[in-house]
Amino acid sequence: MSVKKDDMKKIATRQGFGDEIVKLGKENKNIMVLDIDIGKSCKTTEFQKQLPKQHINVGIAEQNGAGVAAGLATTGKIPFISTYAVFGSLRMAEQIRQEICYPNLNVKIACSHGGLTPANDGGSHQGIEDMGVLRTIPNMTVVMGADYYSTRKLVRQAAEIYGPVYLRFTRDAVPVIYDEDEEFVIGKAKELKQGKDVAIIANGDTVCLAIEAANQLEEEGVSVKLLDMHTIKPLDKQAVLDCVDIGRIITVEDHNVINGLGSAVCEVVAEAGKGKVRRIGIQDQFGQSAPYEKLLELNGITVENIIMNAKQLL
Amino acid sequence: MNILKNISIEELKQKAAELRQTVLTMIYEAQSGHPGGSFSAADVVTALYFKETNIDPKNPRWEDRDRFVLSKGHACPAQYAALAMLGYVPYETIHKLREYGSPFQGHPDMKKCPGIDISTGSLGQGLSCGVGMAIAGKIDEKNYRVFVMVGDGECNEGQIWEAVQTAAKYKLDNLVVFVDNNGLQLDGTTDEIMPTQDFEDKFRAFGFETQRIDGHSMEQIVSVLDFVRGQKNGKPKCIVLDTVKGKGVSFMENKCNWHGVAPNDEEYEQAMKELRASVQ
Repeated sequence: MSVKKDDMKKIATRQGFGDEIVKLGKENKNIMVLDIDIGKSCKTTEFQKQLPKQHINVGIAEQNGAGVAAGLATTGKIPFISTYAVFGSLRMAEQIRQEICYPNLNVKIACSHGGLTPANDGGSHQGIEDMGVLRTIPNMTVVMGADYYSTRKLVRQAAEIYGPVYLRFTRDAVPVIYDEDEEFVIGKAKELKQGKDVAIIANGDTVCLAIEAANQLEEEGVSVKLLDMHTIKPLDKQAVLDCVDIGRIITVEDHNVINGLGSAVCEVVAEAGKGKVRRIGIQDQFGQSAPYEKLLELNGITVENIIMNAKQLL
Repeated sequence: MNILKNISIEELKQKAAELRQTVLTMIYEAQSGHPGGSFSAADVVTALYFKETNIDPKNPRWEDRDRFVLSKGHACPAQYAALAMLGYVPYETIHKLREYGSPFQGHPDMKKCPGIDISTGSLGQGLSCGVGMAIAGKIDEKNYRVFVMVGDGECNEGQIWEAVQTAAKYKLDNLVVFVDNNGLQLDGTTDEIMPTQDFEDKFRAFGFETQRIDGHSMEQIVSVLDFVRGQKNGKPKCIVLDTVKGKGVSFMENKCNWHGVAPNDEEYEQAMKELRASVQ
């Protein structure tokens, strides 16, 4: 497993979706994109240009968009609803529940602007509850890739498996971590480092921070196990239980610490009855317009804080 | 190609009376369900299932079938009665409304009941699904049509109008929306709760072609369905049905209280007597 240095190039993972969906659409004419008037921002313009017959735009009407996607899915289409995380989870939450998850239809919800990544847009546009909300709905799968290449692979997998999948992308550019040919399986954690002193479980745009923290800890002689938990539902419980054996776990996420990756890990650890967990993530507070790094810092989602927590646990 | 069933208006009236009796029996035995809205919808549901729609009860997922979306999902006893009478499920299923494991759930569940094209129950959402089905039909150049029934009260929901805009944008002349305009919703009359204004004006303003009929006149229902069948003019269709909530049972008609209440023994006997007499 090669982990690239964090000085590598940066690409927003929404671009990974935009690129992969064109490829998928050309391979399978049943794949459709349903835009909600933010196609340019969600990187679906190329899909619309190249595959106009597989593209619809329902205007600024998320609730209807979710229902239309459900109707399309009953005929064998595989619609990808394309919008922002805050709208693709909360604005259409009940429609996702009633018309997509309850009948278990093959609809994918592909959302840019996950977590704090639409930093300049302010608190209204930073989707920090989305994965947690959707995690509680039966039949739903919840995924966030860490970088451009893993996002492409996970988008492809989402198209290949049957059932509702929520995919979350970054608005802003994040470091490329993986090689182009790295493989990913939805529901299976990606182990980036094997270690025995402390386990760090991260996902999405925080994986690059976790890698940096793990590298620094290793330089100080701490053996770190590092997981990219791109799928928070279904959670790779075995991978978490392997961390329980280490007994010291830190979760890192660009999501509210309530009901996201940290909570999901805690559920497994609590039921196992042993092990300590520290959750690093958004501290149950709304964001504001600010540089992305500043917002992470305000919530303690930093390399330094990961290292500090690891040392406190040791 | 539409395979219209060869059935007379008199026979359809008989079917509607039979369907209403089945609805009543289901709700009576379950001691739970929504008779009022089921009865206001019953005549159009009968005409669709027994005459107009191109469907195959032996192959409920047939991809070229016409679709029917009961967006006002609480009226499902009317749809269930039709499905049972046509053999989508064993007729005895009518004795299992709202029972554990039954295909006849409290609201339509496509995973449990053959013949249900989309699960509904949360108001305002089914029309969007019908629009999705109709768009797919256009993309795949299929000839099937999509019939959606919404309630007048249900049109309080903003999502209905989002779906209506989308239907007009995509020129869904393969979509027919029925508004069950019975004038009552759960808490009172539509005028008290949320005035509906004129549905024809509203749908026309959104780009639909509209008709308004007596939703309990089988003659008018058959005639309007004949009319819209030929209208491949790029416009989605809306048929406003002037109906009576609880239609067919004197003491239930136009009574808000019969929205979601089951009849007791005496009420059931009396109602069945009236429904049997209606087709003599």
